[in-house]
Amino acid sequence: MSTVVDINTENNHDDHEHHGPAKGIARWLFTTNHKDIGSMYLWFSFIMFMIGGCMALTIRAELFQPGLQLIEPEFFNQMTTLHGLIMVFGAVMPAFVGLANWMIPMMVGAPDMALPRMNNWSFWILPFAFTLLLSTLFMEGGGPNFGWTFYAPLSTTYAPDTVTFFIFGVHMMGISSIMGAINVIATILNMRAPGMTLMKMPLFVWTWLITAFLLIAVMPVLAGVVTMMLTDIHFGTSFFNAAGGGDPVLFQHIFWFFGHPEVYIMILPAFGAVSQVIPTFSRKPLFGYHSMVYAVASIAILSFIVWAHHMFTVGIPLVGELFFMYATMLIAVPTGVKVFNWVATMFRGSLTFETPMLFSIAFVVLFSIGGFSGLMLAIAPSDFQYHDTYFVVAHFHYVLVPGAIFGIFAAVYYWLPKWVGNMYNEKLGKMHFWLSFVGMNLTFFPMHFLGLAGMPRRIPDYALQFADFNQIASVGAFMFGTTQLLFLYIVINCIRKGEKATAQVWEGAEGLEWTIPSPAPYHTFTTPPEVK
Amino acid sequence: MLSRLVRRAPTLLMPALFAADVSAEYGLNMPVGVTDVSQSVFDLHMQIFWICVAIAVVVFGVMFYSIFKHRKSKGAVAAQFHESTTVEIIWTIIPVIILVLMAWPATTTLIEMYDTSDSDVDIKITGYQWKWRYEYIGQDVDFFSNMSTPKDEIYNRAEKNENYLLEVDNELVIPVNKKVRFLITANDVIHSWWVPDFAVKKDAIPGFINESWTRVNETGIYRGQCTELCGKDHGFMPVVVRVVEQEEYDTWIATKQAEAKAAAALAKLTFTLEEQMERGEKVYATNCAACHQANGSGIPPSFPALKGSAIALGPVDEHIKRVVSGVAGSAMQAYGAQLSEVDLAAVITYERNAWGNDTGDNVSAKDIVDFNNK
Repeated sequence: MSTVVDINTENNHDDHEHHGPAKGIARWLFTTNHKDIGSMYLWFSFIMFMIGGCMALTIRAELFQPGLQLIEPEFFNQMTTLHGLIMVFGAVMPAFVGLANWMIPMMVGAPDMALPRMNNWSFWILPFAFTLLLSTLFMEGGGPNFGWTFYAPLSTTYAPDTVTFFIFGVHMMGISSIMGAINVIATILNMRAPGMTLMKMPLFVWTWLITAFLLIAVMPVLAGVVTMMLTDIHFGTSFFNAAGGGDPVLFQHIFWFFGHPEVYIMILPAFGAVSQVIPTFSRKPLFGYHSMVYAVASIAILSFIVWAHHMFTVGIPLVGELFFMYATMLIAVPTGVKVFNWVATMFRGSLTFETPMLFSIAFVVLFSIGGFSGLMLAIAPSDFQYHDTYFVVAHFHYVLVPGAIFGIFAAVYYWLPKWVGNMYNEKLGKMHFWLSFVGMNLTFFPMHFLGLAGMPRRIPDYALQFADFNQIASVGAFMFGTTQLLFLYIVINCIRKGEKATAQVWEGAEGLEWTIPSPAPYHTFTTPPEVK
Repeated sequence: MLSRLVRRAPTLLMPALFAADVSAEYGLNMPVGVTDVSQSVFDLHMQIFWICVAIAVVVFGVMFYSIFKHRKSKGAVAAQFHESTTVEIIWTIIPVIILVLMAWPATTTLIEMYDTSDSDVDIKITGYQWKWRYEYIGQDVDFFSNMSTPKDEIYNRAEKNENYLLEVDNELVIPVNKKVRFLITANDVIHSWWVPDFAVKKDAIPGFINESWTRVNETGIYRGQCTELCGKDHGFMPVVVRVVEQEEYDTWIATKQAEAKAAAALAKLTFTLEEQMERGEKVYATNCAACHQANGSGIPPSFPALKGSAIALGPVDEHIKRVVSGVAGSAMQAYGAQLSEVDLAAVITYERNAWGNDTGDNVSAKDIVDFNNK
């Protein structure tokens, strides 16, 4: 995407940098340029978003009516499992790594990521990991069918043989994520421009720094749990097999010790992106910068002591239940602080509503709704009624779709003119927003009712009283899904043509990335800028 | 998998005639239920819901006020304030107070839910792929509860009845106004036993026994489902509980005990091949058809075919072993613990003589007993 620009801009006057990218496929295979790698991450993420989306639409098509119409239960289970895995590990996480690659060096005034070759490697692992995972669909026995949470013993003793491919796929994704995280930390801690103290860093950089530490802390835990599965399946161990003295609940403890921080990994960078966008279009500095940083850090720390709230019904003792209930409720406090600060930033600003701002405002409102249902889920006695029903499905889709995904959309629209040098079509951007907004709510809001009325999740067919809301949800899903083709069109259109973007792009934008020309030259900040 | 989708494509083009023309009343909110605990849970749910609504009104109210009043197009000029420690402290403390107020009733309810002492009736519930087993402890009553919705309704070949997917062959029966304790476990993978009207949901985990309890205030039939993904037919293992007066419960227990005795007596009789086939077909439909399919073709490779299979046509003892002891590490369960000798004999006979497997073998209950004694 980054156009080859012959340089000599004020930030870029080192002679040996007078070359552009390599030509042809070699550019993409061997590149160590953070912008190229960032673009590849983003395109990869979009492809995965489409594949995972098709799986979601297969699910919603089957659930359009009661009865089995299109697919059999075994295939349905493979769809729910792969939809979850692909969206989490293939769409959301790589999209944020792509944004990090593009923006972190430009935001802290560094010429590139700290470890450029590792950067190339951490990207190129991903296509292989997902090819491995998706290839299971075409093998005998079918793909993973035990849910993205892959609870043992369904995923060990009772799993299809292809589970081994799934395990190696997860290992590869983990290696990629850990390397990406090390790179982010090394870049932020070592390569900031002179004068850019930690407490002067943009919030997007802060949230990514904290996310990277979360990744390094929990991805090895995930690798550990899948390795235990591997040895249970192939080498006769009994970590999770009760008959051999093992413990199926141990699996859940380990998985959720990874899994809960993982959900913050998917949301914190979105917090960061939105914290860049809202001040820009409010033309007013972010309210409570310091408390925003502390809030993100508190959320990250608390995320390690709440994992068992995913397991309220497994029969943990009363005291454990109470501890995890209180700890979970506590997370509402820093999360609330963030929402209040965003609102305070908008208050008495001078607001305009370009597409990134629309996505950010929807982010704040809809993410808060997801936060509210999260608070309800934290109340252990009520959780017995909500647990593993569509109420939970509604909850986590409200935090992940308008949370993570809308956060990514906001970030892409916000920085796209900087990347490609052209403005996107604002009218189409707004249309993309409104169709996504309506489609998303139509899909997921009725799921609250379904869950409360008693519909369990992960079922291919349902009792008749659930028919109406499922029908609405399916219509919404197809609306949301097809709308994303419009997004693809807008981005391609913007790369090819459009009004030329200025260096600052947005009237209220502040930060180092807006001091370099649009499109950003292939090499930026080879001489570090001075930050006052 | 994909090829199956393609193969089914023609039937997809015919819109499901019977789907969804029976509509049942839809619910918007959690059921209040029929126990004191479910009432407290409902109250907690509504309490936290209204707190969330109140917070939402205030926060989004301020936000939408800004969106309408402070727009650039209306000439709004941005203020430059961006920090206030006092404000930050206030909006940290207020949520903490609200949370403490919420945690209090939640804690009392939870303590009550965990008190399984002094029960009147104890029932062991075991989750199997994909059915429930109910054992009344100390009563000699022990039976399986399978979904009874016909395949024709699921595949839209027949009109769906009112309790579609939420009906079973044998309901769990409990007395009203008595404290009933459930001991919940599983035989294979993790399941979860849930009856929304009782606010009881507990995971059934192999190797663990979880406890829960209920005291139902009203007689009636209450329906729920398995709520932990447990494989292919996770969506097809409902829970149905019939709550009755004590006298009716006593009579029911007596009938069940008598049935168990009668079944034991059957083992001493001999049956003709036709009688065996008739009984075997029913046993097969309830226990085997979900995986091996009604026509014996299975769903290879996970669930092998029985039609023309080496086991069904080979030595009888090997066939009995498969059915009675199961196949370790696969979905094939050990049916010796689940079915009576009479039923085992009938179903094996059926498998050896149906779908063109014409071995002519008539396996008797005594063969099963002999096998077990080996």
